Amino acid sequence: MTVDTIGRFERALEGLEVEFERVAAADASERIDAVADAPAVGAALPYEGVSLPEAVTIEPTTAELEAARTGVTPVGFAIAEYGSVAVESTADGAEPIALYPDRHVAVVPESDVVPNLSAGFDRLADGFDAGRDSVVFATGRSATADMGDLVHGVHGPGEVHVIVLEDR
Amino acid sequence: MAQRTRSERAERIRHLLETEGPAIHAQASASNDRRKETYGGTDDLEALRTDARAIKEDAIERLPELIETVRAAVEANGGTVYVADDAADANAYVADVVRNEADAADTADASGTTGDADAPSVVKSKSMTTEEIDLNEGLEAAGIDVTETDLGEWVLQVADDTPSHIVGPAMHLDRGQIADLFNERFDPDEPFDTAEELTRFARDHLGEIITEADVGITGANFVVAESGTITLITNEGNARKCAVTPDTHVAIAGVEKLIPTLSDLEPFVDLIAKSATGQPISQYVTMLSPPTDSPTLDFESPDEPITGDGNGAADGPGNSDRDFHLVLLDNGRTDMREDDQLRETLYCIRCGACSNSCANFQSVGGHGFGGETYSGGIATGWEAGVHGQDSAAEFNDLCTGCTRCVDACPVKIDIPWINTVVRDRINRSGDAESYDFLVDGLTPDEEAGGIDPGKRFFGNIGTVAKAASATAPVSNWLADAGPVRAALEHALGIDRRRDLPTFRQESLVDWFEERGGPDASSRRAARAARDGGAEIDREVVLYPDVYTNYVDTERGKAAVRTLEALGVPVRVPDLPESGRAALSQGMIATADRQASRLFAALAEDLDAGQDVVVIEPSDLAAMHREYERLLPEQSFDRLQESSYEICEYVYGLLENGAEPSALSTGDGSEPVAYHSHCQQRTLDLEAPTVAVLERCGYAPESSSAECCGMAGSFGYKQEYYELSMDVGERLATQVEDAETVVASGTSCGDQLEALLEREVPHPIELLAPGHSRR
Ligand code: SF4
Repeated sequence: MTVDTIGRFERALEGLEVEFERVAAADASERIDAVADAPAVGAALPYEGVSLPEAVTIEPTTAELEAARTGVTPVGFAIAEYGSVAVESTADGAEPIALYPDRHVAVVPESDVVPNLSAGFDRLADGFDAGRDSVVFATGRSATADMGDLVHGVHGPGEVHVIVLEDR
Repeated sequence: MAQRTRSERAERIRHLLETEGPAIHAQASASNDRRKETYGGTDDLEALRTDARAIKEDAIERLPELIETVRAAVEANGGTVYVADDAADANAYVADVVRNEADAADTADASGTTGDADAPSVVKSKSMTTEEIDLNEGLEAAGIDVTETDLGEWVLQVADDTPSHIVGPAMHLDRGQIADLFNERFDPDEPFDTAEELTRFARDHLGEIITEADVGITGANFVVAESGTITLITNEGNARKCAVTPDTHVAIAGVEKLIPTLSDLEPFVDLIAKSATGQPISQYVTMLSPPTDSPTLDFESPDEPITGDGNGAADGPGNSDRDFHLVLLDNGRTDMREDDQLRETLYCIRCGACSNSCANFQSVGGHGFGGETYSGGIATGWEAGVHGQDSAAEFNDLCTGCTRCVDACPVKIDIPWINTVVRDRINRSGDAESYDFLVDGLTPDEEAGGIDPGKRFFGNIGTVAKAASATAPVSNWLADAGPVRAALEHALGIDRRRDLPTFRQESLVDWFEERGGPDASSRRAARAARDGGAEIDREVVLYPDVYTNYVDTERGKAAVRTLEALGVPVRVPDLPESGRAALSQGMIATADRQASRLFAALAEDLDAGQDVVVIEPSDLAAMHREYERLLPEQSFDRLQESSYEICEYVYGLLENGAEPSALSTGDGSEPVAYHSHCQQRTLDLEAPTVAVLERCGYAPESSSAECCGMAGSFGYKQEYYELSMDVGERLATQVEDAETVVASGTSCGDQLEALLEREVPHPIELLAPGHSRR
């Protein structure tokens, strides 16, 4: 992991109009709380010393999922080159939580930001071997031009916020 | 065959030019421009394309084995694979799956929660394969409600319309039309106006339908055999919702979507958005190996946690509540695989780049340039393969063979060749026509009877030109006479609004002999070299293509004078036709024979180390592209290595020490609008002309229009005249302000002269010594 990769990731996200911030693991919960507009639902974060704030409901009901304004999820890894985050289909619902609410907050450890698509495919292959074989590379905000002009937030989130854990 | 007549076709095209053309052009050309820009910024583009191509070749080669591999993988995950022979088979299978699932859900409801026995419901994401089999009609006939969730597809469903583009299905409708449609259909309190409002409404409306659906159906852009992974590439997110929300997911894909391993997916993920829309990557690249671990979402039990009773990964592979069916569709693909000419079609990843890069497509869209399902250049291959040759015959002529799609295609499919082959097959399937006698004397071709006489006429244009030149000027007067034009239009479909070429009494070959032949040329070249040129030890055979030889002899003379002035002796022997004209009419046997003859005529010169220089780009393109399929490999290589476009050759001479001062030079800033020829661009030969013009003191500005619309014989044809002019006008608008306009192709020059009403010479005429400003 080089600083350069994170810089590249940040620039790619900027081009995609995705919000980006780097935080220390110890501050992550507070920062998530600040950017997760209520009501918020989430999938548990598997990073040591990092937990979701109280206000984020984990294992939501379908009603809560439908009503949520924000979905907070960990992602398997991120690809700096394209500004993509890899959302994995886990049993605790990361995929629908990242998809249904209008705002997606993706949390990724700095060590899981890989430079390019090739490195992303290496990570993907490792995950497949370990049984994590359903993954979405999500890049930027949901979009369509089908109604005659470019519009964001169609079926997927219209806002995306990426939090990089700088010491994880 | 119930083909449209010429006037019916003309009428249909005119209608589309007026109604759908403007919206299609705006979007397709914007995507094309973005694609070019993104391609340009991708360093490893060629390597990616080469990889992608190789993976597809290998996958199609190993297709039967991959079907067994994916079956094992999907079954191991807990899903089912069904290989459907044809549309009816696939539709029946899917209807069964949906009915069973809905019955099971009703039974569960009856024994517990909120029972409802509504019609079974399906939500779908965009899929051309399901369009191909008319799945929606099939399901509806079985009493199943189907809702498209891709916004473009949904607009079409509401409008009861069909896709006009394989990637942007509703591209032919603009915002205003969609707003009118929705206002009428849904009667909102506040009428819809902006794209934003329309999109928000669609999101809410479809969102509700998705949460209530029994089954989600998606296509698949790729299927990884080894792991049973289906890949969905989307920007909206609806495919994710369709795949993940209902507990039953059916993915329908043509068998050609199989690729062996996960790592094979990488170049396609990297390429597909670039070629389709010019985005670096699509918003959502979804790789699912279903049934997935994701919890199913039961919106009818709003207070249950989505993680439910813990039916997650603990139960083994995938969520045990989930059901997955992969339907692999054959529908003619096995036969395509065994067809040496159509096989390449199966490498297509349906990105739509060939449509976007096509000038004719940009003007009429997929409702004109398309068959029952598929549209654009590659549609000829798909339609011939899955729906039959008649469907392809309806629109195959709209491919003019300009080859601009060749640079666009991410898997390097020779799309124009597929069009040529299918045209050839269509030619051969016709009945002998009553006008054959008209062209019989003029058509020393290799074709069986039954081919359209107009095609036969243009396919044998060399013979026609020779006869016309021999009888000029009488032939020209005759050809201009009203009754003759009417007869030409009636019998051969040559539109009377077009000026016909004026045939010269003295051909270029005759002129060259008349002025002393090769000996005189050697003397002139030697004198020029002595008077200050560089030592350039080359000799040129200038190829007298049909138009240069009989019609536009000026550019031929300019080429001779230029080469001599740069110290290179020239010969202009009487050489056979290249086969280009025959190829463009789909007369492959004739072209094949002509290619062999031309090579035989040049073999000795090639052996002697002479350079073949060609003025007409389309003839050079035949030698550099199609001859690979017509000549033995060694012959093709030899000719290709030794043949050059005229300005490319001049560029080489200047680079090797020849002095521009021997030519007609500009003052360094003289603006020149330059339209390179479409096929010349595909050969990467636009740049040398631009460079030569710059070296010689001009300030060339290249057009960006892909094609002039004339494309050899295309613009002469009655049914395509207006389309040809529509395409031509876009080019004319780009260059009309320049005082000097030059074009490399005869067709391009003719088209521009007709539109601009002034002379549009070949660049070599501008450069030739003694050129006087017009
Ligand atoms: S033929 Fe090539 S350019 Fe055309 S849709 Fe298929 S992959 Fe894309």
